[in-house]
Amino acid sequence: MWNWLKTLYHRLGSPKWFYQITGKWLPWFVAASLVLLTTGLVMGLAYAPMDYQQGNSFRIMYIHVPAAFLAQSVYMMMAAAGVVMLVWKIKMADVVAQALAPVGAAMTFISLVTGAIWGMPTWGTWWMWDARLTSMLILFFLYLGVIALREALSPQEVAAKACALLAIVGVINIPIIKYSVDWWYTLHQPASIKLTEKPAMPASMYLPLLFMVLGFYALLGWSVLLRARAEVLRREAKSGWVRELLKDK
Amino acid sequence: MYFDSLSDFINMGGHGLYVWSSYALTLALMAASILLPWLNLKRTRKQLRRQFAREAANAE
Repeated sequence: MWNWLKTLYHRLGSPKWFYQITGKWLPWFVAASLVLLTTGLVMGLAYAPMDYQQGNSFRIMYIHVPAAFLAQSVYMMMAAAGVVMLVWKIKMADVVAQALAPVGAAMTFISLVTGAIWGMPTWGTWWMWDARLTSMLILFFLYLGVIALREALSPQEVAAKACALLAIVGVINIPIIKYSVDWWYTLHQPASIKLTEKPAMPASMYLPLLFMVLGFYALLGWSVLLRARAEVLRREAKSGWVRELLKDK
Repeated sequence: MYFDSLSDFINMGGHGLYVWSSYALTLALMAASILLPWLNLKRTRKQLRRQFAREAANAE
């Protein structure tokens, strides 16, 4: 057991191992993204029945909900990677944290804008300074802050620590987003789907959502691996294995 | 298929503009989330390759 943990620790910390294993994973993420997103899009846009209250605008849910879900989930992954980096000094955790930030920001942006567009026909307004919308906007600024901090600070180790700390402190915003619809008066509807309960909509409505959420996760993996691989090469440019890998044939 | 015709599908019962602009924005950002890092990875590989070749030439 101890030996196994030790191997795991060394592997996780090894940029070379990371680069090799992610090269093997990448095609699976590509395939999963394309299949799941295409299925989800076709089902959600063309096959799901219309919502009797909201009409067809409810189809925005199939991108709004996965994006908002990932926006929070990516943030927690980023903070978790920050903890791993600070506590166990695993360099690769910082590479992953760095690769997560832009996708997380994009997801938050998608959820904010599609929410605003959805708000127009549903609430009659595209924005309201209520708890859910405001806390999501704060999440977007947290992502931008982490990205800007990375750019602004050097050396890399200092930037890594600062980004990890900011990400960890910002986690306080996540429960606020989650419970904002219960704690305060808001236009935003409460969660339509809970992991612990059977959904209150027919399968033809929630299956596309399931496909889209999984597809968004696969796309996240795809994007993060691409970014992380480039970053590993840049950071390890001086080590032998990168030289060996990128030798002119 | 939920819709009766293509024009029905595009119109989305009057909500077409909202639905399609949301999806267009999402797809554009998704494409960017893949394309930008992909181009960056290719560029990084190319730069390092060139740098290593240069160093090898200097060493000789």
